[in-house]
Amino acid sequence: MAKREWIYGWLFLSPALIFLFTFTHYPAVNTIISSFFSTPKGRRPAKFIGPENYQALIEDEVFWTVLENNFWFAVGTIPTSILLALAMALWVNSQLKGRTLARMAYFAPTVLPLIAVANIWLFFYTPGFGLIDQLRGGLFNLPASNLLGNPDTVLAAMIVVAIWKEAGFFMIFYLAALQSIPPVLKEAADVEGASNFYYLRRIVIPLLMPTTLFISVNAVINSFRLVDHIFVMTDGGPNNASSLLLFYIYETAFQYWQTGYAATLTVVMLILLSILAIGQFFLFDRKIHYR
Amino acid sequence: MKIRKIAQSWLGKCLGKSLLVAAFCSPLSLSWAVDLEFYFPVAVGGAAADTIQELTDEYVAANAGVNIDAVYAGSYQDTVTKALTAARGGKPPQLSVILSVDMFTLIDEDVIIPFDDLASSDEDKAWLTSFYPAFMENSQTGGKTYGIPFQRSTPVLYWNKEAFAEAGLDPETPPSTWEETIEFGKKLVKKDADGNVSRWGVRIPSSGFPYWLFQGLTTQNDVILANSEGNETNFDDPAVVEALQYLIDLNKEHGVMAPGIIEWGATPKAFFEGQTAMMWTSTGNLTNVRNNAPFDFGVALLPANKRRGAPTGGGNFFIFREADDEQKKAAFDFVKWITAPKQSAKWTIATGYVAPRADTWETEEMKAYTKDFPPALVARDQLDFAVAELSTYENQRVTTIFNDALAAAITGKKGAAEALAEAQEKAEAILKDYR
Repeated sequence: MAKREWIYGWLFLSPALIFLFTFTHYPAVNTIISSFFSTPKGRRPAKFIGPENYQALIEDEVFWTVLENNFWFAVGTIPTSILLALAMALWVNSQLKGRTLARMAYFAPTVLPLIAVANIWLFFYTPGFGLIDQLRGGLFNLPASNLLGNPDTVLAAMIVVAIWKEAGFFMIFYLAALQSIPPVLKEAADVEGASNFYYLRRIVIPLLMPTTLFISVNAVINSFRLVDHIFVMTDGGPNNASSLLLFYIYETAFQYWQTGYAATLTVVMLILLSILAIGQFFLFDRKIHYR
Repeated sequence: MKIRKIAQSWLGKCLGKSLLVAAFCSPLSLSWAVDLEFYFPVAVGGAAADTIQELTDEYVAANAGVNIDAVYAGSYQDTVTKALTAARGGKPPQLSVILSVDMFTLIDEDVIIPFDDLASSDEDKAWLTSFYPAFMENSQTGGKTYGIPFQRSTPVLYWNKEAFAEAGLDPETPPSTWEETIEFGKKLVKKDADGNVSRWGVRIPSSGFPYWLFQGLTTQNDVILANSEGNETNFDDPAVVEALQYLIDLNKEHGVMAPGIIEWGATPKAFFEGQTAMMWTSTGNLTNVRNNAPFDFGVALLPANKRRGAPTGGGNFFIFREADDEQKKAAFDFVKWITAPKQSAKWTIATGYVAPRADTWETEEMKAYTKDFPPALVARDQLDFAVAELSTYENQRVTTIFNDALAAAITGKKGAAEALAEAQEKAEAILKDYR
């Protein structure tokens, strides 16, 4: 009898396991193996080259530039989009007129594909006759800007696009969490004479922590994953100033056809993401109240 | 009759995308006809895709026994990526239009065959030599022809005649030298009361693939960027540095061009909006400018310095190795047909791409078209001065290195000489394996 249950258990697990192994674990292991091989070319098959790809990685300036860009992209997008999402959720959760409209407006960027968003922003940023320059010129009589054509401003311009795209999406999670907070808590706080700010700080935010963990893990992943707009807006330029790790992996694998080296870059990304995800779970776990 | 219809519809289904269906019916359909898969990119709007489809249908209708599945594969970059991915998976298309500069990459991956292998008759061999030599520079290496020019272009100078008249210049005379570009540019720059520029003199886009237009400048400065074997570059030549310095100084020294990286895609729009009085861009934009410029405009050869000069650009036909003899023969025949004067004239008129053979320009259709619209002739005339577009082994990597160097110098992050010397060093490290 006990043996039969064991079989049932595996049978129930198997659909999920098969997919997980085929599409997640097998490719990951295969990537790690490929990273120790050279790139196959025409009639030259891949051969084992040990850590040579990793040595090349350490010497590759572009890799370090891209990693630094990705760091600033993460620092620029994660906290801002989470705080903005929280602020927007608190606002559209309150009793204000036309709040459905406000919710919809905040959520709209999420519904749009990132490629479409990038095209909209490309128009905003266009020097001379783009929206930003029309406003600058029309209202303040300032000269034309060239945000995407300047290595000092291009990354910031991309960060703004990512925040615009992401904040609405995170807002939906906060909004759902806010609505699950029992109203009795607010009533009790009012009876005790707690201020709104005190209520927010000591009741609402702690109760939102599980959501915050979920959102921040997503935000971290997105800061590595969101690269579609780079293809449309800058192609990683000028001089790699707006290139991110995943974009560089794509370039290496499918434009330069350096698949061995691309596998090495992917391993770096895998390691980074694992460390970040595990770190977040350990760090936040102690501070989170699960009900 | 009925059986034929059923068979045809079944055949039609077989040509669909479903792998499963194709696997089941391919042995049978082979006995009916030769199936060709043909990838093509589109870089200039919708009319091009329709024209290719029309021409393909016309060929299939006239040639019983050949079926061609023309697949729109996205941009040039997407097309080469798809074709190479398919080739690595063992199922490449038999025929594809791919950027001519990817020739060395395709040879290196060992996925294409030279057209010489298929040209058996004297007539075929003569056909191989019937294209403009400027286009063949990017299509031949080691004495063999790997690509047949089809959707080819070259950059030209467009100028706004109204702006010229307003600035007190002769509206019919574009600048013909580097100095004149600066001289005219200074007159054309318009500033408002606050000193903000509302119209620049000239616009040479530098986003995405700055090497292409920059190659116009290097050619005019009488220097070649890479050898024809594609295994040695010349990025740090003093003449290249000088050309880059000229490009930088158009903004820094002379103030006739906007600062920073200038977007390629927004350039025609900036021209229509009067933000610039002159622009350098592809002849592929000719029909676009003709339809949208709200003022009288002119098209001219790029200005000269030590000589006239421009790169060629655009896509060639390639035939893939992984095809049976019948398919290769059919592919060869189709390429011959579609590049013939009549078809090629239709293609050129629809898009603005430069017809790659002299006899196309002699057809009645082309004569009528160029009589009505003489600027279409400028690109052809420039071919006498044109050189091969920068192309090397590991082309994408090498051009990216070069593009990064140009961007660093244009944005003032590095000096021209320093940036180019670094680029040369990196390109050298990649290309030394190919000598």
